[in-house]
Amino acid sequence: MRYKTDLPVMMPITPREPTPFIGLKPWQILLIALLAFVGPSFAFAQTGIPILTPFAILFDWAPLLLKGFIFNLVISVSAMALGTALGALLGLGQISLSRVTRGFAWFVTQFFRNAPWLVLLFFAMFLLPFELNLFVLKIPFPDWFKAILGLSLPVMANVSEIVRGAVKSLPSGQWEAAESLAYTRRQTLWLIILPQCVKRMLPPWMNLYSILTMATVLASIVGVSEVMTLTGQALAAEGGRPELLAPFYGFVLLLFFAYCYPIARFTVRLERKFAVID
Amino acid sequence: MDFIFEWFRALYDETGINLPILYDEYDRNRMIGGFFTTIRLSLVCLFFSVVIGVIGAWLQGSAFTWTRRIVNGYIQLFRNTPPLVQLYFFYFAIGTMLPTVQNDWGGQSPILGSFAWATISLSFFAGAFNVEIFRSGIEAVPKSTVEAAEALGFSKLQIYRDITLPLAFRVVLPALNNNLVNLLKTTTLAYAIAVPEMLYEANQIWSDNVNVTEMMIFLLLAYFVLVGVLVSGMHRWERAMRIPGFGG
Repeated sequence: MRYKTDLPVMMPITPREPTPFIGLKPWQILLIALLAFVGPSFAFAQTGIPILTPFAILFDWAPLLLKGFIFNLVISVSAMALGTALGALLGLGQISLSRVTRGFAWFVTQFFRNAPWLVLLFFAMFLLPFELNLFVLKIPFPDWFKAILGLSLPVMANVSEIVRGAVKSLPSGQWEAAESLAYTRRQTLWLIILPQCVKRMLPPWMNLYSILTMATVLASIVGVSEVMTLTGQALAAEGGRPELLAPFYGFVLLLFFAYCYPIARFTVRLERKFAVID
Repeated sequence: MDFIFEWFRALYDETGINLPILYDEYDRNRMIGGFFTTIRLSLVCLFFSVVIGVIGAWLQGSAFTWTRRIVNGYIQLFRNTPPLVQLYFFYFAIGTMLPTVQNDWGGQSPILGSFAWATISLSFFAGAFNVEIFRSGIEAVPKSTVEAAEALGFSKLQIYRDITLPLAFRVVLPALNNNLVNLLKTTTLAYAIAVPEMLYEANQIWSDNVNVTEMMIFLLLAYFVLVGVLVSGMHRWERAMRIPGFGG
């Protein structure tokens, strides 16, 4: 942050690092959570009371829900891989020398960045065919695959912006120095610019991954059997008892928190490590 | 007006591009209703999330360790869990625990409807981000400015209201802008608990008319325009409130 005047009007903004969760360490949180969920069922198993408490029922269903959660993670990793590959191409298109390519890449990026994730998911779900006929080959498109495609669209647009932002954030001296050393544009990009960008792109990219993981539950709305769908089915199988709702939904919240919170902490640490001081 | 509507009916007959939201009065009213529900939901959530952000930022500066810890816990919890699960948790888990009231038809209905729960849930979700945003803005105000105000005889409340907050607000506008765009896009989640917003109404219409493609394209364009209007409005406001000499 540089001032236009020599009078200090305002302090530069420093991104605040969030303090640990209620001042506890990650393993302490995990232990408390485990005790809260597993503890009651053990207690009742010892006393031998036949009536199952909500937590005991949850304990019975936990393996299935965990399996669903792993499916969420599979969707998130695949969508991230696909979105990153496409987004990197689109981001490079945004810094292309050709005006047409630049304009096209910019439009695609803005379009998919401004559309809600859920609408894009619906878009992929309903407008893609259920199978693709390639001459004699029939490639089926199951709904989870369409969900991956639908989720990778906004990821693509966001990665494109991350790439463009990182390239633009490098001082122009890097480009000029490379040019004076007679590097071609491609060499400059691959050998000088992009290696420096990776560092800058990593924290926002991880943030995006965390957002994507939290968005995978949207797939339940369009009928993919991931953790939220399974939770609904489990609740229905138990007869829709209202006292079960809070533990079950709370358990899903906890699963996501346990996965995303460490990522968020790690991102903050990376941000601090890679912070450019100028 | 009727001429245009009839033209779209003719377009359907001729080409098969079916846009009942233009030529059919019932579908048109549904879509207009959905559009305004989306706007109403966005504005209400926007207001409450900013209020939560200001109050949270103020509480985070409190002298009590536990107040700060609770606010931090709230932020981390709401930032690191899916907004859809939060919405389900509020609507199904907490909603069923609350007492019911008698409705006009003599039946029992929950005390808070789906619109109210969507407002609460989305406000808390966006508010968690706003707390951090406002906090960083308040920290950007230099101590010497506050000291100067103290020397001029301002009271503590006056300093916060007339000096710290206006300066902080200008600094955080770009970040706030981003978060509000996100909030507008997140209102589509209210679809899941049957709030009759734009996505929900579009879904109803394409179920009745089997015109998924047309409605999808319309939805994407509608959100594109809504976000565009919000972004350009906020940019204009940002420029109008710029502090001379600070930032780019």
